[in-house]
Amino acid sequence: MIEIENVRKSFGALEVLKGIDLTVAKGEVLTVIGGSGSGKSTLLTCINGLEPINSGRIKVDGTEVHAKSTDLNKLRQKIGIVFQQWNAFPHLTVLENVMLAPRKALGMTKAQAEEVAVKQLTHVGLAEKLSVYPTRMSGGQQQRMAIARALAMSPTYMLFDEVTSALDPMLVGEVLDTLRLLASEGMTMICVTHEMKFAREVSDRVAFFHQGVMAEIAPPDRLFGAPQHLETQKFLAATH
Amino acid sequence: MFNYNFRWNQALNSLPRMLEGALVTMEIALLSMAIGVSVAILLTLCRLSGNRILSAIATTWVEIARNTPALFQIYMAHFGLGGFGIHLSPYVSLLIGIAFNNAGYLAENFRGALKAIPETQTRAGRSLGLSQLQAFRHIILPQMLRIAFLPMTNQMVWAILMTSLGAVVAMNTDLYGVTSDLNARTFRTFELFAIAAVIFYVITKAITLSARLIAARLFRY
Ligand SMILES: Nc1ncnc2c1ncn2[C@@H]1O[C@H](COP(=O)(O)OP(=O)(O)OP(=O)(O)O)[C@@H](O)[C@H]1O
Ligand SMILES: [Mg+2]
Repeated sequence: MIEIENVRKSFGALEVLKGIDLTVAKGEVLTVIGGSGSGKSTLLTCINGLEPINSGRIKVDGTEVHAKSTDLNKLRQKIGIVFQQWNAFPHLTVLENVMLAPRKALGMTKAQAEEVAVKQLTHVGLAEKLSVYPTRMSGGQQQRMAIARALAMSPTYMLFDEVTSALDPMLVGEVLDTLRLLASEGMTMICVTHEMKFAREVSDRVAFFHQGVMAEIAPPDRLFGAPQHLETQKFLAATH
Repeated sequence: MFNYNFRWNQALNSLPRMLEGALVTMEIALLSMAIGVSVAILLTLCRLSGNRILSAIATTWVEIARNTPALFQIYMAHFGLGGFGIHLSPYVSLLIGIAFNNAGYLAENFRGALKAIPETQTRAGRSLGLSQLQAFRHIILPQMLRIAFLPMTNQMVWAILMTSLGAVVAMNTDLYGVTSDLNARTFRTFELFAIAAVIFYVITKAITLSARLIAARLFRY
């Protein structure tokens, strides 16, 4: 369970998160929508401790992320995150990209790590690409590799930050299919996305962010069908 | 005025001794590069550490290495340290002087190379649960060494040529030292130094060419 309690976060004088309260249960798929600069990405990077927070707290399975005593390297092993820019490691093959963290962070042997990596790469449809260098692949393939790389750590939670936004329209589908597959398998996920159709389909709940505030959160039927908040209505009208 | 008679045979008889000197020269250059690269990586880590003192030490090292004559650096390693009661052999002084110079230049090359690697690479590694040091070691370092490979090759060539500066610490077993000794005894100055120059040239060319082959094998991405 991810528990976010009254989290505030500023970059200098700019307050980006203005008191966020949110709980994500095991097995839930939450999508986060909202305008540019509303704090969606920042929330994700706070959840895995890449960014510090100014007040409030975030607990993941009861462990407080920003507590001094928390071993963030350890905690991050159960929170996978995939960014808009997939950040393939260019000097490693696809297989090596996925094997790196299981070997170095989990201490797996080469054989164990390879088994895990092959399994995850097969899962995202890249079984044919094991020995290829990532720069030789399409954006969609690289993004699926990044997903497999995160999954190889056997995370309990997966955070996705607009993972299709940097892709050619033709390649968006294959990545969304991978996310659908994970959702159907019961993975706990928070997906920041601009793909409204996808959000409506896979989400248990949808959260709408506006200027650092979670203005509305509801099941997709309600949020898309009968949005309560004026800003949600405006945002949805603008994206349709 | 032009009454110098070339005596190539006499000079060529000294070739075996000069080739031995060339081996010493290559040995010093290789060792100085091994030390230089390792220290340059440490200096780079110091600069990245965010610790003011470490980063000041690294910056000072780089500034001195790059902005003072290599000859002074070698001289200091011998006579400067000698003043503090640390007496090093000409071989070790020359090695340390060149390694000091290499480390400074390479650290600066590494800094340039780091600028070409996006910040998000480290971020991606950290998100996977790697520590800062693991992310550097397995994600940043290999890419940095690749980008800095050509400057590293140049520095290796420079290290070979810098061994001739061993003259100031009375180094006499390297290629320059051997040549200079032979010259003092035979006065076949032109022939001896021409042969030495050819040997230097062959060594540096061989380094440049083999570096190209190594790069092709190592960097397949
Ligand atoms: N590292 C940073 N330093 C300073 N300001 C930042 C930093 N990261 C984000 N911001 C600012 O914080 C605000 C929220 O950014 P964030 O990336 O969370 O928005 P977002 O909702 O993800 O937007 P988008 O849909 O464009 O990705 C923006 O105004 C942004 O400029
Ligand atoms: Mg964002």
